[in-house]
Amino acid sequence: MKFLLLFVPCILALWVPLYNSVPPSLFGIPFFFWFQLVLVPVSALTILAADRIGRD
Amino acid sequence: MFAHLNVVATAVFVFFFALVSVLGFAAARWKAGDLAHIDEWGLGGRRFGRWITWFLLGGDLYTAYTVIAVPALVFGVGAFGFFAVPYTIIIYPFLYLTLPRLWAVSHKHGYMTAADFVLGRYSHKGLALAVAATGVLATMPYIALQLIGLEKVISALGFSGQGIMAHAPITIAFVILALFTYRSGLRAPAMIAFVKDAMIYIFVIAAIVIIPYELGGFAAIFEAAGKAFDARVAANPKLAAGLTLQPGQVGPYITLAVGSAMALFMYPHALTGTLAASSGRAIRFNMMTLPAYSVALGLIALLGLMAIAAGVKTATPQDAVPQLVLWAFPNWFAGFCFAAIALGALVPAAVMSIGAANTFTRNIWKPFIHPAMSPRQESVLAKVVSLLVKLGALVVIFVMPTRFALDLQLLGGVWMVQIFPAMILGLFTRWFSGPALLIGWAAGMIVGTALSWTGTAWSPLHALKWDIPLIGHFDLGLGFAAYNGLTAVLINFLVAAALSLALRSSAADQTSPADYDDRALA
Repeated sequence: MKFLLLFVPCILALWVPLYNSVPPSLFGIPFFFWFQLVLVPVSALTILAADRIGRD
Repeated sequence: MFAHLNVVATAVFVFFFALVSVLGFAAARWKAGDLAHIDEWGLGGRRFGRWITWFLLGGDLYTAYTVIAVPALVFGVGAFGFFAVPYTIIIYPFLYLTLPRLWAVSHKHGYMTAADFVLGRYSHKGLALAVAATGVLATMPYIALQLIGLEKVISALGFSGQGIMAHAPITIAFVILALFTYRSGLRAPAMIAFVKDAMIYIFVIAAIVIIPYELGGFAAIFEAAGKAFDARVAANPKLAAGLTLQPGQVGPYITLAVGSAMALFMYPHALTGTLAASSGRAIRFNMMTLPAYSVALGLIALLGLMAIAAGVKTATPQDAVPQLVLWAFPNWFAGFCFAAIALGALVPAAVMSIGAANTFTRNIWKPFIHPAMSPRQESVLAKVVSLLVKLGALVVIFVMPTRFALDLQLLGGVWMVQIFPAMILGLFTRWFSGPALLIGWAAGMIVGTALSWTGTAWSPLHALKWDIPLIGHFDLGLGFAAYNGLTAVLINFLVAAALSLALRSSAADQTSPADYDDRALA
């Protein structure tokens, strides 16, 4: 479970065809850019979750 | 020389530079320890808690060169330059699984460098030397690149010297840096990092709010950038550029992200920042919080597109950010931003020179020249080497074309990742044998270097098809290019694995499985 959580952001970040497009844009920012920017804090949260699970 | 000097910006710049110089010297008294001991000088006595580590690692890894080069690439080709973002996304989950183990075993056995660990784990002097030499070799051009970042912002201040005077400002900056690093050791960059990182965040937040406001919003910025890329591609159909990746760029984008992520924490300066932490908990905390810097990096990358929309004209893409700052901000704030970038060069340059000095002293000089060294003698030598390393970087900048430093840095990444199998696999298993890992390393170094030479220039990428002498044409049929560091480390790994089957090693292992559990140590 812990490892699965850590893998999720990595797979999303490397699955380029998933986000290699301009629409849907957000506040005028193409999907390619905002998706990756949003993925950064998401990855931090998955590490936090993995840490909570792994602590006990 | 001073005719075009931006006086206000320069005054602000000099003020912040003077401030951190004072901090750098005062740092010797911070968390006071016996600086004549290498563990104190070169690793801050391993007493940095979670927040000091956060500022230090953030300041150390996200360098001035990053602030200049990543947006420069985005300015030049668009989406492809964003590969730094997936690179920094995948690195922290990976580090979360590995760094606490490395910290724990190093804490237990007093390891200061990658080669210390490799020697303890495999008891193979040759492999430890290979690891140490790779680190020193790859770090030198990296320091030189920090100087290029520094030079870019100083020239943006309007300073233009002739001959020997052209390099006067960075020489002065580097002499100050060298002196306070010599005196205070790792404490100096750790203390300066607080100022530097705070300034970088202020710069980024201001830029990401004010510049889009001046340019009419993000939609207008991306539209202008998209049109500019379309026009460039129409003028030169061979150019791959745009707001999304072109088909041929997807393979390089993914492999560069993976290979760069694998290489980063093999560098001596990254490990120095890590091993200076006071606990495994501090490391784990940082793996969750360092992504804040990655967000800043992603936003900095967007400055490249803003520079296009602002119509900034530059001699080289690397001037895009400095010129955009001058275009967008009043002089005093431009001076502030340039100071932030300049400090962004000093902190990594200091840690890199310390990391290289620790490595040279403990893993090259001590075992092969002077085995009976005391920690005191180690400290003296490391201090001197830290000066020599910086001097070497200055000489590289003075006498060699900039292109050469860039090429060396690029090769440095390809080389650095070749110690990945020995280091990272070694954290989990002793199945691989020392001699096999050494031969794998050599194979990776040769293949990586050979792939990078195109016959006329160095390139980090190579199509996955090769003409191998005596064997013939060989094509994986994947139809895309890949990062040479990654290709070479795969070969390195396969060679090491195959030879480990044949070359079993009965050499001693200083460590035991329990040594790798940071939670048990706490």
